[in-house]
Amino acid sequence: MSAPLLNLETVTIRFGGLTAVSELNLSVGGNELVGLIGPNGAGKTTAFNLITGVYQPTSGVISFAGKSTAKLKPHQLARLGIARTFQNIRLFASMSVFDNVRTAVQVHRPHGVRNALWRGRVFRDGESAVATQVMELLEIFHLGKFRDEPATSLPYGEQRRLEIVRALATQPKLLLLDEPAAGMNPTEKVALTKLIRFVKEKFQISVLLVEHDMQVVMGICERIVVLDYGMKIAEGAPAEVRANPKVIEAYLGD
Amino acid sequence: MHSGAKRFLLLALTVAAVVSHFSAQFNRYYLGLVIDVGINIILAVSLNLINGHTGQFSLGHAGFMAVGGYAAASFTLAVSKTLPPAAQSFAFVVALVLGGLAAALVGLAVGVPTLRLRGDYLAIVTLGFGEIIRVILQNMDCVGAASGLKGIPGLTTFFWAFALAGTTVFVITCLVNSTYGRGFIAVHDDEVAASAMGVNPVRYKVTAFVIGAFFAGIAGGLYAHHKQFLSPTGFDFMKSIDLVVMVILGGMGRTAGVIAAAVLLTLLPEFLRGFAEYRMIIYALLIVVLMIARPQGLFSFGKK
Repeated sequence: MSAPLLNLETVTIRFGGLTAVSELNLSVGGNELVGLIGPNGAGKTTAFNLITGVYQPTSGVISFAGKSTAKLKPHQLARLGIARTFQNIRLFASMSVFDNVRTAVQVHRPHGVRNALWRGRVFRDGESAVATQVMELLEIFHLGKFRDEPATSLPYGEQRRLEIVRALATQPKLLLLDEPAAGMNPTEKVALTKLIRFVKEKFQISVLLVEHDMQVVMGICERIVVLDYGMKIAEGAPAEVRANPKVIEAYLGD
Repeated sequence: MHSGAKRFLLLALTVAAVVSHFSAQFNRYYLGLVIDVGINIILAVSLNLINGHTGQFSLGHAGFMAVGGYAAASFTLAVSKTLPPAAQSFAFVVALVLGGLAAALVGLAVGVPTLRLRGDYLAIVTLGFGEIIRVILQNMDCVGAASGLKGIPGLTTFFWAFALAGTTVFVITCLVNSTYGRGFIAVHDDEVAASAMGVNPVRYKVTAFVIGAFFAGIAGGLYAHHKQFLSPTGFDFMKSIDLVVMVILGGMGRTAGVIAAAVLLTLLPEFLRGFAEYRMIIYALLIVVLMIARPQGLFSFGKK
């Protein structure tokens, strides 16, 4: 097996006396779909925040595409190819659907203040290339008709979808989804499952999914990692994990 | 839209030049007032980049204005006696740019350490910074200390005030209405999400601060050569508050509204002079009424 895209080696983070994540080993390979599950407060979102650079680990090494990500800020990691969505949707509230995606597209564009002011050919070509790219993405996810709507006026499920589109606009190698099924009804969950599979195949990226909803996780993940009290208690294929007595105990109590 | 912005700039420059040509025939009092309006437009629109678009609550704009004003005035006072009259307006442009750059430099020096703070904390730090500038000026003998800087040549004309107001509006509108400029709004809306999308929030905030300070410095230079006298008390924290009120009343992040508010709030106190000592009470009351009637800002109808 080639080196994994994302690799966490004995990563620990402490907040004062609380060890939120303890000696976590986790890896995600290229074009792999991995689930990260665990009861409330198990440290799933903290693990996400460690991977995306919001927190720095107390000890341990995180590497992405073969390089250590220590000391890198979230925006630098986004440039390297880690994109994410949020547990509670965080779209840019004052912007249109189009502009939300446009903001993310600019990551890989070299323009700055000078270019925006001079407005010559380079600027115009750049802006129309951006617009094309944004519209292509929106059309793939059937959001094109909403392009000028304020992002927060979309229905809940569409907002979740837009957040995924916005993350994809940064052209990531790894997409982190933080509880994408939260607050969704069963029909929306089925649609979401299809969407995640589609995204993975269409863009050939790896996905790391934090989710509470077992149906969603068991249905699409190739491999599942189970956390409890910040520690990894199980890892394996969905069927193995489901049968693991430690996992059952963590979820159901003793 | 892009050519529209350039057309706007061209129009503003032409109108400024034409009106300026006839300005000798205007009543001096009204002409002075109109130039005040132009200067306040520059101040309010540049503050809007920081407070409105980027969402960083700064109360230090009068400080940047003071730095620009004193820098520009010191320059013209130093060189104007040695220069022939024909070179005066060239020296004036150099002075304005110098004032802008000085303010931008101070903006950078203040912005880099403070922009890690958010909301109220940033407001307090910038407030403190503005006061520091004022107190330093009050104690600098080379710029007249507390008695002020006198005898600045009156080089600010209608043309300069409005040509530069037009330029400010052009620059800030172009900056924000671009893919690059969406980053400012993204930082305003949600810093965490913005950085997760590859937007460097610190960089955007410092950029907004430096550009905002630059134009505040230019406005300070115009102000200095308009009033022909500078005193540190003119740049106290009430001046910053006045500018913040213009931005809020105009609708945070809405340039047209902020321009309208700058015009309104500059003229209002003058038109209320007839009410003598009740003037400031009426002024304050009007602001309260306006805020209740239009909390989203004067010109806030659609999206940004």
